[in-house]
Amino acid sequence: MSALQKVMGWVDDRFPLTATYKAHLSEYYAPKNFNFWYFFGSLALLVLVLQIVTGIFLTMNYKPDAELAFASVEYIMRDVDWGWLIRYMHSTGASMFFVVVYLHMFRGLMYGSYRKPRELIWIFGVLIYLALMAEAFLGYLLPWGQMSYWGAQVIVNLFAAVPFIGEDLSIWIRGDYVISDATLNRFFAFHVIALPLVLIALVVVHLVALHEVGSNNPDGVEIKKHKDANGIPLDGIPFHPYYTVKDIVGVIVFLMVFSAIVFFAPEMGGYFLEANNFVPADSLKTPAHIAPLWYFTPFYAILRAVPPMFGSQFPGVVAMGLSIVVLFFLPWLDRSKVKSIRYRGPIYKIMLALFLVSFIGLGYLGLLPSTPVATIFAQVFSVIYFLFFLLMPWYTSIDKTKPEPERVTG
Amino acid sequence: MKRLKNFLFLLAAAPVVAFASGASVHLDKAPVNLADQDSLQRGARMFVNYCLNCHSAGSMRYSRLQDLGLTEDQIKENLLFAGEKPGETMTVGMTKADGKAWFGATPPDLSVIARSRGADWLYTYLRSFYRDDTRATGWNNTVFDKVGMPHVMWNLQGEMVPLYKKEGEHEVIERLELAKPGSVTLAEYDAMVGDLVNYLVWMGEPAQVQRKQLGVIVLIFLAVFFVVAYYLKKEFWKDIH
Repeated sequence: MSALQKVMGWVDDRFPLTATYKAHLSEYYAPKNFNFWYFFGSLALLVLVLQIVTGIFLTMNYKPDAELAFASVEYIMRDVDWGWLIRYMHSTGASMFFVVVYLHMFRGLMYGSYRKPRELIWIFGVLIYLALMAEAFLGYLLPWGQMSYWGAQVIVNLFAAVPFIGEDLSIWIRGDYVISDATLNRFFAFHVIALPLVLIALVVVHLVALHEVGSNNPDGVEIKKHKDANGIPLDGIPFHPYYTVKDIVGVIVFLMVFSAIVFFAPEMGGYFLEANNFVPADSLKTPAHIAPLWYFTPFYAILRAVPPMFGSQFPGVVAMGLSIVVLFFLPWLDRSKVKSIRYRGPIYKIMLALFLVSFIGLGYLGLLPSTPVATIFAQVFSVIYFLFFLLMPWYTSIDKTKPEPERVTG
Repeated sequence: MKRLKNFLFLLAAAPVVAFASGASVHLDKAPVNLADQDSLQRGARMFVNYCLNCHSAGSMRYSRLQDLGLTEDQIKENLLFAGEKPGETMTVGMTKADGKAWFGATPPDLSVIARSRGADWLYTYLRSFYRDDTRATGWNNTVFDKVGMPHVMWNLQGEMVPLYKKEGEHEVIERLELAKPGSVTLAEYDAMVGDLVNYLVWMGEPAQVQRKQLGVIVLIFLAVFFVVAYYLKKEFWKDIH
């Protein structure tokens, strides 16, 4: 017995190291037919790690103080060794997190990854998405630029639209009558400690649930139905080494895109870093046009699409909230006999295409100042967004599906 | 409660303020070239001579000008006038309160002005001052109407006056014309402002030249790594059908 084996044996008697390694990597059997869309789960994990590591280094020089915050970011950009790289990785990582997560969620919609028995994986995933939105919103206040300040002002004011308690609620959130030093301090605390802990915990349960039931695949058929004499799925291959070496290729392609942005276009034309955010926060000067960052704009457009009722913005706020809450019910709204889009009928394909167009359309409209024509478009897209979910029990049950194959199809 | 009332008043007034500063104007393309060290050095000198009396650049250290090919001694002799040390940031003696009292608004810090305003806006703005006796400073600007800043470089550019044309019921400025020549020609002045804006763009992010150079190396490394990873994957997967 080699020295390494001895050490491993000693550890395994006290901690399930080898067993864990086998359960989640070398003997976790994943379907062999993963395609392009299956890169984004591991990429989301990569971005999470990047955000945490760069975030730790940023925290070493960032000052969560209304008087010092803006200048401390510029100090990081200029005087901290490699500070500019760390900051751009973090700011680019925030946007790329949403790119990757949106593609990951769309994969789920295409291949029915939320369907039984993966309902909890989907619900944990939506919770991750919610936590991620909170994390991004809180973090965006920290550079303390004009967009940080007024963006936070707009979002916190949404809570003020809640009937009866709204005004007190928004003051309680801000810790002041306006966004101020007190707000910056608590947002910093939530951004660097509370939300990251929640995110990591949710990612762990997301993966534990996934590894319990096994991964879905582009055919939407269960590989566990056909096993060999040893109980190994016939269409399954060990995650390590097969998907680790495959995911490395995906990681490198992703890093090429990521690096192209970090090194050559860190502002991404104002979509990742807004020009107005290079002006220090000023509570007396409202910018002419306040738009949230691109990853929030679909929901912002839904908010604005709903007209105020009884002089209150609250209905819009409710619509925006429901547009995310409805995601939780997806596993039970879908009544189709098949999971994957490959075997679905034309109705689902058309509905998914309409949903995609609406979501992107809403995202685009949310970036623009509100005009009457844009509002009508936003209203149409919002209705399609909700109908995709609300009519799903009906159109998925009447849709003409094709028979699923017994085994995965390459 | 008073603060809340003030805030609500400000929110109500916000659209008016936004409208006042929201008009769009045609912007000329700024001749930005960060590889041109001579231009950046000339721009740095312009910046120290003309801007740094009222505007600070609180995030910018004088010593960083070494990135533009200047030695520490050159910086000390040519650019430090008031006993600053090269390691210090570009601050001004004028207090915020003074600035507000003298110009109606505190002159903004210029460290990242090129990132918020954009090079083209700055290039056009600095060439668009004109005589306007209705203003306290005697100057106005076609890019930034009723700006608090006077024309600091008037002795270079000279005095421009507006030519009006009728547009519907209103008279609007069609273009500016040189009424009293300055110490340089308008073409020379454009070039000098070009140098200054080039410098402001560089100062907005002094690491940007290094950033792009490093980016090329990183992408080449990743491209090589991709080839290795791709064939590694192929090798592992050749038995999977």
